[in-house]
Formats: sequence, structure tokens, C-alpha cells
Amino acid sequence: MSRIRDTFGKLKRCGRGGFIPFITAGDPDLVTTELLLVELAAAGADIIELGVPFSDPVADGEVIQRASERALRRGVTLGDTLRCVSNAKKHIDVPIVLFSYLNPLLKFGRDRLGDEVQGAGIDAVLITDLTPEEGGPWITAFRDHAVDLIFLVAPTTSGERLRRIAQQASGFIYAVSRAGVTGARSEMPRDAESLVKRVRAVSDLPVAVGFGISTPEQVSQVWRFADAAVIGSALVRQVEKLAGSPDLVAGVGEFARSLLVQNTHVVT
Amino acid sequence: MQKSPITKSEPDEGGHWGKFGGRYVPETLVAPLEELTNEFMNARDDPGFWAELNRLLRDYCGRPTPLFHARRLTAHAGGAQIYLKREDLLHTGAHKINNAVGQALLARRMGKRRVIAETGAGQHGVATATVCALFGLNCVIYMGAEDVRRQALNVFRMRLLGAEVVTVSAGTRTLKDAINEALRDWVTNVHDTYYLLGSALGPHPYPLMVREFQSVIGREAREQILSATGTLPRALVACVGGGSNAIGLFHPFIADEGVRLIGVEAGGRGDSLGEHAARFHAGMASGGGQVGVLQGTMSYVLQNANGQIATTHSISAGLDYSAIGPEHAFLHDSSRADYARASDAEALEGFQLCAKLEGIIPALETAHAIMPAIRVARELSQDDSVIINLSGRGDKDVQLVADLHSQ
Repeated sequence: MSRIRDTFGKLKRCGRGGFIPFITAGDPDLVTTELLLVELAAAGADIIELGVPFSDPVADGEVIQRASERALRRGVTLGDTLRCVSNAKKHIDVPIVLFSYLNPLLKFGRDRLGDEVQGAGIDAVLITDLTPEEGGPWITAFRDHAVDLIFLVAPTTSGERLRRIAQQASGFIYAVSRAGVTGARSEMPRDAESLVKRVRAVSDLPVAVGFGISTPEQVSQVWRFADAAVIGSALVRQVEKLAGSPDLVAGVGEFARSLLVQNTHVVT
Repeated sequence: MQKSPITKSEPDEGGHWGKFGGRYVPETLVAPLEELTNEFMNARDDPGFWAELNRLLRDYCGRPTPLFHARRLTAHAGGAQIYLKREDLLHTGAHKINNAVGQALLARRMGKRRVIAETGAGQHGVATATVCALFGLNCVIYMGAEDVRRQALNVFRMRLLGAEVVTVSAGTRTLKDAINEALRDWVTNVHDTYYLLGSALGPHPYPLMVREFQSVIGREAREQILSATGTLPRALVACVGGGSNAIGLFHPFIADEGVRLIGVEAGGRGDSLGEHAARFHAGMASGGGQVGVLQGTMSYVLQNANGQIATTHSISAGLDYSAIGPEHAFLHDSSRADYARASDAEALEGFQLCAKLEGIIPALETAHAIMPAIRVARELSQDDSVIINLSGRGDKDVQLVADLHSQ
């Protein structure tokens, strides 16, 4: 039984929505990332997504692109990212999803990766530019190590494909709220809710919604129709704003808490 | 183990040539790529589509282009007869228009009113801006800041044609970053936007589709050389950035086992990673010879030990790219095609030689093919022939070369 499914099971029993923050590994440096993982867990994260920096992040908007650039300037690698999780896991128990583009994983080696991901205490992997059509060998490699492979669905995804993705997915399904790259937007599109409904019709897996969520209002809005909300760019922007400040970790934690504080039913 | 010679090069339904190609994209782009694939497959079987395309290629672009017997280059090489396939004589000055017209017709078929494209040297951007003007479509061109600097004249041409040129300052500020930005635009505006990709790369169906639109080069050249010499050439030589002019020339000759296919990559100014754009160059620390995924396709990709995409260098913006089209990767691994490289200095040498001996100023991209072709011709007899794809003209590069001379 995957720990991610456990987490969603617990959320369901408590009747609350999940909070999934995203940060980029090595932004602004690896030690801070470790501290941020611990802080986000303390701030109420149910799952944490950790981005592997990549030179050509085509699915990302400017905020996460810049985070990748900051990490790459320090030479942060996939190996560093795995060690970072491994260290943080000594202090926290929150499931971690490794969020990456395919090429760094390909270079690392598929066979070796499953082993090392599991060893680092990572529970799932989401590969932004890997569709189920190309994903067969990766699904097998991770399944052998009890690691979930998370797939994206988008408002443009056809009903037939949704069904196929649902068959291949494990852990949860990540619904992209709108056509576009990552980045904060002022309002949630209607697309997101109808997409989640379409997913529910073909799958029992929990559904998380991401892309463009940045305010407590949007978080509670997403919880009305989905199982969890992913907050990426809005958090990464806080990391960027506070880079170099001794208050960075506390400040990002405070921002994360502020996303949840108005959603009183979340406090346990 | 002896590989059996390949006589065809067709992808499977998912756009794979062996392990290369495919569709490695964010989920949002899968549906528009499927829609595009269906539309392209329908158009490919529609005689009406080809009739209109061929009419435009003839009346608007100036096809067929001549196959010119380059007697003075031949004498200089002292071997096989050298022929130049004169794509430089096409409207807008390069082979890029072949593909731009074909895809613009598709965009119109699909009812898309907004067209976006990336450009390196600016030739594909100019070709796209041109066909958008012709068809009355809105046009946005993404171009890296470094290329905007190197190719200022083409930037002005695109604006003159009514296109909006967006300067991309992210990453290495060249073609790769322009493609990233175009993909981001497309993923955001999929409902009304057509992405007119300019080379035989990217996710399926682009490598196949671009090849199909560029294969007119090889079909004409094959007929022309047979009528001029009565026999097939011994070799075809073409420069390879993403690889569209090369695959366009090569593809109709794939079954002709006696015809060597030679692609020329940009050797740049050195052997180490970042100093060249030779994706197959597997020398020590060159970063080449590695299979990876970049911008939607699996192919050979210049990258560092951690899978980060490497910067490249070439004197020519059009070859300055970290990956190569997947069909070239397949032809390379199956040994059907060979890939050489020419340095910046050799490209300049070829540029000047072609200008002085034939009165033809080639694009700097194209110029990479000249010296390797001369070496190939030299090994052959006078009864043999070699075709160089003269993929573009060099007007856009005259200023850059003049600046190099004055340094």
C-alpha cells in the first residue's frame, strides 16, 4: 500500500482537503531546501513536491524557470536532490513526490533511479514530459521499487485518454487547472472543476489540482471539488523574495500557513 | 555484427524511428499534437492539398529549383562532378519556405488564425512571416537575443512582413530557447494557435511532417541528376542543424544504396562541450554521442554529465542547436548516413570558395557543407557526381563576415 494512498485515505477520513506545496531543489541552496522540507511539513503539508532543476523547463512559467536557473548555477544535480530528501527524511514523515523533466532521469539511468529514489525515501515521481504512451518502461521500473508514477491530465485531455491514463496511474492523478505553463493566476478557471469531474468518472484515484493556485481562497475553492491543491509558483516566489535573508525558512513557512489559516476546517 | 542496409526510413504510428522520435511533451500538448497528426495524415492523402501546395511552390516560391553543375568547384576539388541544388534561389532565400507553405496550408485547413514559430538564423522566421502575410494570418516569431543581435537584418524583414518578433532572453538566448518559448506560448494558446515548427525535430508529427514538405528537394534533385548524368550521384552532402534541408535531400535517395548520405554538423571553434554543435561527435569531453530527450523528441542531445542541456557554439545561428532531428539519429545508428563536421573556420573557407569560384554566396549554415563535399569529391572519379544542398543564400551573413574580416 503506497504511503500516498494512505495520506489521501487519512484526509478523506478527516474530511479535509490536502495541501501539496512545491519547491525546487537547491533553490537557493541545498541546505535551505532541507530546512524548507522540514518547515513545510511543520506548516501542514500533506505531501511535498520537490522539483529537480532542469535547463529547459518548457512546462514552467518564469518563476519556476528562475528557481531552476538559481539551482543550476550552484551545480545542483539529481543526485544532490536525492541526498537532500534522504537527509530531510530523518526529521519528517511527509510523502515526497519527485517532480522532474525526463532528461536528467534518463541520464541518471532508469534502473539505478528506482533503487535510489526508494532508498532516499521518495514515494512517487512525476515526469512532466512523459506521457503514458512513452512511459511503459518507467512505470515498470518504479513499480518494482514501490514508487508511484504520477501522471498529469489537462483540460485538453480527451475522455478516451483520461481512461488510459487512469489505468496507468498510481498514487494520485494531477489535474492541470488550465492550458498553460505553471504560474500564479488571479482566478480559477471553470476548466479545473469539469476536468476533475471527468477524472472521477473514470478513476477512483485521488485528484490533486495544480497550476495557478496562489491564495487561501483558491485553495478552499479547489478543495470543494478536488482532493488536494498544489501550490508551486506562489511559494517559489517567496523563496526568491527572501533569498539571502535569515528569515527565508520562517517566511516561507509563514506563507504556507497563511494559505491554510482561513480554511479553518483544515486545522487538526 | 554487420547491419543489413536500410532501404526505408518510416516512423511507426507514434512517430518513432527505432527508439528515436516519439512525443515527450506536457499532457496539455498531446491533444493538439494528435489533432495536428490527424489533419496532416488527411492532407497527405488529399490530392487537392498537394495540388494547391505544388501550385504555390511553383508560382510563389519558384520551384523547381535548378541543379547547377559547379564546374569551377569541381575543377578545384579535382574529382567527382559537383552539383549544387539551388534552394538559395527560392523566395525568401532558403529551403525553409517549402515547409512554411505546407504547414500554413494546414493551419488554414484547421481554421487557426494565429501562427507562432521559432527561428535561429531568421530564415524560418522570415519564411513563416511571409506565408502568414500571404494567407492573412497573425504571426508571432520567437528569436533568441543572441540571434537577434547576429541577424538584425532578418529581424527587420520579419517586422516588415507584419510579424511580431519576440526576443527571448532566457537560457542560452539562441534557437533552443526560442523553441522553449514558442512551446510555452502554444501550451497557453492551444485553442486558436498553430505552431509552425521549422525543422525536422520536436514531438511527432513534426519530424515526419517537415520531412514530407522538404522532400521535394530530393525528389527534384533525383530527377535532375538522372537527366543530367544518366546515373545516380555517389554522395549527397548537406549541413545539419535540426536537419530539415538534409533530410529533405536525403529521403528520396534512402533506397538507393549506392548513394552516400553525408550530413555536416557545426564543429564550431573547439572540441569541448559548449564549443560546437556536433551532436554525434563522441570525442572525449565533447558532450556528444549521447541519447536524450529535448523539446519533445528522443535523439542525440549535447548535455552534461547530469542531463542538463549544454550550450552550443557555431558561427551560424541556424546550426547552433543542442539536439538533432530523430530521423537523423536513426540514419546515423543504422549507418545509412554518415555525419561529418566542419569548424567555423572551414565554414568561412567554404563560404569564400563558393563565392569566388561560382559567384554564389551561400548562407553560413550551408557553407559548412562545402569543404567536406570537396573532400568527398576528391576521393571519387570524374565520372561520379556529388550533390551539395545549397540550402540558403548568404546575404544575411555578409555583415557578420565583413565584421570578422575587419577584426
